[in-house]
Amino acid sequence: MRVAGKGLIDRDTTIGFRFDGRDYVGFEGDTLASALLANGVRMVGRSFKYHRPRGVLTAGSEEPNALVEVLEGGQQTPNVRATVQEIYPGLEARSQNRWPSLKYDLLSVNDLAAPFLSAGFYYKTFMWPRAFWEKLYEPVIRRAAGLGSLSGRHDEAVYEKAFAFCDLLVIGAGPTGLMAALVAARAGADVILADEDARMGGRLLSDTTVIGGVPGGEWADGVLAELAAMPNVRLMTRTTVTGAYDHGTYGALERVGLHVAGPAGLPRECFWRITAAQAILASGAMERPIAFENNDRPGIMLASAARSYLNRFGVAPGRRVTVFANNDDARQTARDLMAAGITVAAIIDSRPDAQADEECPVYLGAAVTGTKGRQGLRQISVRHAGGVMQIDTDCLAMSGGWNPTLHLTCHMNGRPVWNDAVSAFVPSDGAVPNLTPAGAARGDFSTDACLRGGAEAAGKALAALGKTAGDVVVPVAENAAYALQPLWAVPGKGRAWLDFANDVTVKDVKLSAQENFASVEHMKRYTTQGMAPDQGKNSNVGALAVLADATGRGIPQTGTTTYRPPFSPVSIAAMGAGGRASGFAPQRFMTSHQASVERHAPMIEAGLWYRPSYFPRPGEATWREACDREVNMVRGAVGVCDVSTLGKIDIQGADAARFLDFVYTNTFSTLPVGRARYGLMLREDGLVMDDGTTTRLGDAHFLMTTTTAAAGLVMRHLDFVQQAFCATWDVHTISVTEAFAQFAIAGPKARALLNSVLDAPVDLPFMGCCDVGVQGVQARLFRISFSGEEGYEIAVPARFGEALFRDLVARAETMDGGPYGMEALNVLRIEKGFITHAEIHGRTTAFDIGLEKMISAKKDCIGKVAAMRPGLIGPEREQLVGLKAVMAISSGAHLFTKGDAAERVNDQGYVTSVCYSPTVGAWLGLGFLRNGRARHGEVIRLVDHLRDIDVLCEVCDPVFHDKEGVKLRA
Amino acid sequence: MPNLIAKSALSGQAPLVLVGTTLAELVPERITSVAPLKGQSLDKALKILGLSFPAPNRFVEAAGAMIVWTGREQAFLIGASGEGLTGLAALTDQTDGWAVLTLQGPKAEAALMRLYPLDLRLAQFGVGRAARAPLNHMSSVLMRTGAEGFTVMVFRSMARTAWHEIETALKALAARALV
Repeated sequence: MRVAGKGLIDRDTTIGFRFDGRDYVGFEGDTLASALLANGVRMVGRSFKYHRPRGVLTAGSEEPNALVEVLEGGQQTPNVRATVQEIYPGLEARSQNRWPSLKYDLLSVNDLAAPFLSAGFYYKTFMWPRAFWEKLYEPVIRRAAGLGSLSGRHDEAVYEKAFAFCDLLVIGAGPTGLMAALVAARAGADVILADEDARMGGRLLSDTTVIGGVPGGEWADGVLAELAAMPNVRLMTRTTVTGAYDHGTYGALERVGLHVAGPAGLPRECFWRITAAQAILASGAMERPIAFENNDRPGIMLASAARSYLNRFGVAPGRRVTVFANNDDARQTARDLMAAGITVAAIIDSRPDAQADEECPVYLGAAVTGTKGRQGLRQISVRHAGGVMQIDTDCLAMSGGWNPTLHLTCHMNGRPVWNDAVSAFVPSDGAVPNLTPAGAARGDFSTDACLRGGAEAAGKALAALGKTAGDVVVPVAENAAYALQPLWAVPGKGRAWLDFANDVTVKDVKLSAQENFASVEHMKRYTTQGMAPDQGKNSNVGALAVLADATGRGIPQTGTTTYRPPFSPVSIAAMGAGGRASGFAPQRFMTSHQASVERHAPMIEAGLWYRPSYFPRPGEATWREACDREVNMVRGAVGVCDVSTLGKIDIQGADAARFLDFVYTNTFSTLPVGRARYGLMLREDGLVMDDGTTTRLGDAHFLMTTTTAAAGLVMRHLDFVQQAFCATWDVHTISVTEAFAQFAIAGPKARALLNSVLDAPVDLPFMGCCDVGVQGVQARLFRISFSGEEGYEIAVPARFGEALFRDLVARAETMDGGPYGMEALNVLRIEKGFITHAEIHGRTTAFDIGLEKMISAKKDCIGKVAAMRPGLIGPEREQLVGLKAVMAISSGAHLFTKGDAAERVNDQGYVTSVCYSPTVGAWLGLGFLRNGRARHGEVIRLVDHLRDIDVLCEVCDPVFHDKEGVKLRA
Repeated sequence: MPNLIAKSALSGQAPLVLVGTTLAELVPERITSVAPLKGQSLDKALKILGLSFPAPNRFVEAAGAMIVWTGREQAFLIGASGEGLTGLAALTDQTDGWAVLTLQGPKAEAALMRLYPLDLRLAQFGVGRAARAPLNHMSSVLMRTGAEGFTVMVFRSMARTAWHEIETALKALAARALV
């Protein structure tokens, strides 16, 4: 029901929306909660555990009851707070945690079973039999208890993340924050003013306060207009600062597109990381409920919320309102309602000595002891000096006082301190470095104190920033006493809710104490109080006050649980914005990518790179057919393969050779210019890090190649070694991986193909290197082989990569050759017994792979001493062997001595690489076998327990093809 | 004349204009990494080009050439020949190793502050400033070339991802401008 002439809504702009399948109309400026209340909808949800009918409790982000699902296309967003969600044309929302409907919810039977469902019920009941928990109890409980549901589909909507920096971050744009931002901005500081609301002003939008002789809202608009016009101010509405982190970093969630039917591509939310030299916490305070019997009915709300709905949204929260409070502040609700012509049936004030000036019945020293109205409040019972009476009412506005919104001050382990004057926890000093709580957030509740506090905090921040605040006149405002007498729970037999969101009652907390879960942390976990989406914002202090009473301690002695980030829920999609699916990592494409894709090569990921798996030809039904053909092609004619992904590191300087001798196990200082050498690199712990060839381009100039997988790792290692151990040496390393496209050309016809593209034919010895011209482009040619055939690698500046690849492939095809992919590359190297990171996987030593002789005795190198440690050498080591089988074998399989049971204790080794070899006509594998080099010729049992493979293999030398290297050196 | 056809990292990619801000590929004539050899001074050789060795997180620009700090005792000479530095510094040809993108316009700073965890406010990161910093997950070199202008260098192989990331940031800003 709207109240004429009230509110900051735009009554000229009507907005249609749907809730639970029904059409409603609200106004621009409405939240879903205010629009529903205006339409007379009081019941908006069912509670978590007992499925009790629930209505709107608050008018802010702390709402525990009015959680709904918002539907968009095929997506649904659960647990959206109706008090935060603005309405927009086409908004569709529905209530949650009910079936079949909000009005008739079958699981409300839980409410009747309440005597059995008290705190600890699950812990006590479902302990036995143990196996039932996972399979039966938990799924059933999860279905019965819960909140919203998900669509089960990928969230493909746009989310954003962003960084911001400022001198001063002001958190909250109520009177305190506005005053602070104004003072700081006028002094020239870079200010970010962030507020979670759609409109800035905080309580000034909801209260009939006067500031400097004008209504509070008007004053706020003036300040905001001035701030908006300043280039050094960024106003961030709909932005909740969710966490305080190290070094002045704050997380903040901005609702970008959740309040509009926006254009395509509009992000739903943006997660900000704001770095601020100084911050002011002006987050205000939250009103707290009072626990009394059946205090959770729709129609019972906080007194401040009732005021918000009336003053900000022009909605009468009821026709016949009652107010129940323990402080003076709530009287304003009664006065505002009466001024708007709404009947206030009674003010029930728990304080015996309060004033009774209002023009309605005021009961002092009284309390609400019960309520009636299953789906909406009808009547309350009031106990006062004269006895117990019933009052008909459809809205009860309650206030148990206010709690400073100090959550952020706890995010870095600060603990709040109890302040008796306001009966609330207030932030401790210096809880977060460079963050100053001000105004209601530190327990200064009057508007006057807020304005002055904001200005003072800004002055302090400016001083820290080395700036001076100008002359600031703090306007005059209300400075009424708060006059609160604590009241946490009204004694009674029935259930009185503390935590609405998780259905925790006074009884549950008392039971917890009775069962010796008396510490506040234990109570929280035993009762689940404070563990719902609102994270106890409405219930924490009340619950621990009840616990303090039950255990005979004071509140300060009882202490409080802490608050961790986020302040209010943050969607993971926002924090991980852009990281979904292929956004997870950059994609690296070779220059030949397009050419490979055009040949229908399936591209596989190798690290971040995309490499062709194989190049299918018409008529080939399986990858194996293509792979076998490509292997035969290389062995019989010529193949071309893009190997640009291998790491290339340029090393220069007078000490370059010395440096290589130090990082490689073998010697490079003796390498002649124009020659390449295979090198092995160890980690400091003596295990193998990487291998590759390094070429000497000049006296003090080398080019190292690394494996694709370890390119970054080796670069980092070289940088570390240089800085940590050789800082005074003249050596400079830089990656040139990306600068060159490099293609392997392998096979008996490799030289013929190569000479057809080179400007002048070459005759290069094995492991030689020289500069060549390719169609007028200067290139570098290496004679190296990873296939066992006569092989070359030609490197051209990357801009020519695609053209050269296409040309080489076309020429190869006229010579019965063609391109080959990763599968064939793998078969070729297994046939030749060449290792990759499948073998040097981080647990193998030079000894294990049969290369211990490569550790030069004449010089030191990284990892040399560590490689000699006991246990890293000897027959007990698993050593590299070849395996040959007539049936399919698998990598990952384990090896067992023939006749042994295939059990862990008998494990003799494992398989790292396998392939079908069309050259040998058998299945080949590489693996590690205990004392393997001494066991060549032995028949061994290969078992893959996962794939049900159990095959006998012959242990042999790992080199299956051209053992003497005749073809390589042809 | 070479017969092989040369292609830049994003060859054929038309500039993208969103919210008055233009993303385009720049194909530099040459990029040379310069690492002074021990005991050598580059001052004279660079002075001939009108340049000086840049301090960390800076670049120096003169007459079509620039030199940008890229790491410990390392800089990239862009647009000028490094021949005069031979023997004084370890030089490598980096021309083809990088995709160079320019971003120019009123939303350039805002777009990049969605991708770089850096304070790119003009007062903090003014013209002449450079950074070796991650563009989202990619190693990059960032330069502020004007009040509303930046140059971004990423590994050539990652050019498409870099383009996509910046395009995504601009699209979000464009959509925001409509609300």
